[in-house]
Amino acid sequence: MNRLTYIGLVIAVMLIGLALFAPFFIDYDSAITPNTALRFAAPSAQHLLGTDALGRDVLARIVYGARISLQVGLIVVTVSGVFGIFIGSLAGFYGGWLDRILSGYVFNVFLAFPGLLLAIALAAFVDETAVLSFFLGGDGAETFLSIFGKGLFKILLALCIIGWVGYARVMRGQVLKVREFDFVHAARALGAGNMRILFAHVLPNAIQPLIVQASLGMAGAVLSEASLSFLGVGIPPPSPSWGTMIEEARDLTTLYSAPHALFAPGIAIALTVLAFNFIGDGLREYLDPKQRRR
Amino acid sequence: MKKRLLDTARRLAMTLLVVWTVVSLVTLLIELVPGDPAVAILGETATPEQYEDFRAKHGLDKPAFFFTLGDTEGFKWNGMDNRYADYWRGVLTGDLGRSFRTDRPVLDMIIERYPNTIKLALAALFVALLIAVPLGVVAGRNKGKLIDNAASFIALIGISLPGFVIGPLLIYLFAVKIPIFNATGSANPQDIVLPAISLGAALSAILTRMIRSSVIEELGEDYVRTARAKGLSERIVLYKHVLKNGFIPVVTILGLQLGVLLAGAIITEKIFNWQGLGLLVVDEGIGKLDYRLVQGCVLVISLTYIVANSLTDMVYRWLDPRIRLS
Repeated sequence: MNRLTYIGLVIAVMLIGLALFAPFFIDYDSAITPNTALRFAAPSAQHLLGTDALGRDVLARIVYGARISLQVGLIVVTVSGVFGIFIGSLAGFYGGWLDRILSGYVFNVFLAFPGLLLAIALAAFVDETAVLSFFLGGDGAETFLSIFGKGLFKILLALCIIGWVGYARVMRGQVLKVREFDFVHAARALGAGNMRILFAHVLPNAIQPLIVQASLGMAGAVLSEASLSFLGVGIPPPSPSWGTMIEEARDLTTLYSAPHALFAPGIAIALTVLAFNFIGDGLREYLDPKQRRR
Repeated sequence: MKKRLLDTARRLAMTLLVVWTVVSLVTLLIELVPGDPAVAILGETATPEQYEDFRAKHGLDKPAFFFTLGDTEGFKWNGMDNRYADYWRGVLTGDLGRSFRTDRPVLDMIIERYPNTIKLALAALFVALLIAVPLGVVAGRNKGKLIDNAASFIALIGISLPGFVIGPLLIYLFAVKIPIFNATGSANPQDIVLPAISLGAALSAILTRMIRSSVIEELGEDYVRTARAKGLSERIVLYKHVLKNGFIPVVTILGLQLGVLLAGAIITEKIFNWQGLGLLVVDEGIGKLDYRLVQGCVLVISLTYIVANSLTDMVYRWLDPRIRLS
């Protein structure tokens, strides 16, 4: 592991700490309640990062925005990762017509199109309440939306739908390679069934590159959430998503009078993405000795 | 020869199948959107006749698909006269339908915007190469030294700075603080500079890393030792031999990225109000519920994407003699 990986880890841990313990040191109210008397305030002791066009505390919005970003990142990576790994393993392990349909057709459908555009279309068109009601029932949907707020589920759905293919493709390639190894033949000779071979022997030996991909995927998911909110199809205001903050701060009035309202979320996004890219890079070098620098 | 022809035909068929699926999925997604497009477009105040006219003109009075699966009546066959079949009949004759909002042919609207998207994509590619080639070569040559670490660090920062962070930052620096460019727009020739830098930055970061590792790998090859042994200058070795071979994987990334760029750099176009395809589909299409326009854009974008990827594949095969001559 190189130095940058540790820097990445430190940033990530700090971010997660900030997001987890936010209510202990900063009030959610100051992040969402407009205060016209305080518009465009410069950074000061009360408002370390100043205030935005509506007089809301920028630091509070950054900290609560971290909650949204990290939540989305973690859930998207977990769900799309597990699903992608499962589908990819099936395609690689069983081969034949299943593989031809999956990797020859289904994967290509998802790769024949810029992921972000598909996510935008999904986030814009999907009726969140209807989908949730389908899975959880009407009451369940209402409870979910009251706890997690509007927009979150929609974003998770869109990002998982565009995200799983990447994992599936890498996993398929890995499984194709690993299933020919001697120990797999040995296991088969000893009478192990397909499922046992796949999950006990092939999967643990094929999963390494996926760990790297998950770390980079975390950066990607944070970025995509910010992009969707930036475009106005993600988490609706007044929730403090970083993407929304940039969108609100990029008009010329704000640029002239309070550029800090733009810089703060920009730096927050860049730092988060950088941290997970550092971690992913470090892991890649660590797991692949050929790339390790001397 | 016959085998290659068959192979090409199969790939073409697969491509068409994929495009058909993508557009059909988007159509399905659109059909599932709750609410009546006629009301969404004309507003609540229109007369019933206006609604009827609108529905008749855009085929909204017809059934959506070949069959309906209702909750109460179950499976119902609607026959061939439906909206979905009409759309594809139109596509086959080069008619992508008319926009719900502007009533203009969707194809015209797309053709109008496409040159801007191509311009921006090429400019961004140019910016990216301008930064990435020298930076990547220098970093690769000085592997492990300070200059390599610095270049790699810059590249990582570039990857981590998304367009919607760089974009407003560039506007702040070069349109607000030092006003040498317009903040937004695509009317004047110099308006392309800021969006091209904003879009090219991330790409240059990816390319720098690729070129760096490519150069490192190639420098270890035998032919480099031969070239040096016969007394060629280091510059010729580097730029004529190493870069030429090291560029093969870079071309792949370049082609794939060009596909991404041509598909519409949505975020960048939005920030700089650059009138390209991405802005068309997001603002005019998705934003204004102009479904016919969304369908058309999705069709064109996925076609562009796939064509760019196939071309990349061809160039890649042609560049690498090991594949070309086998």
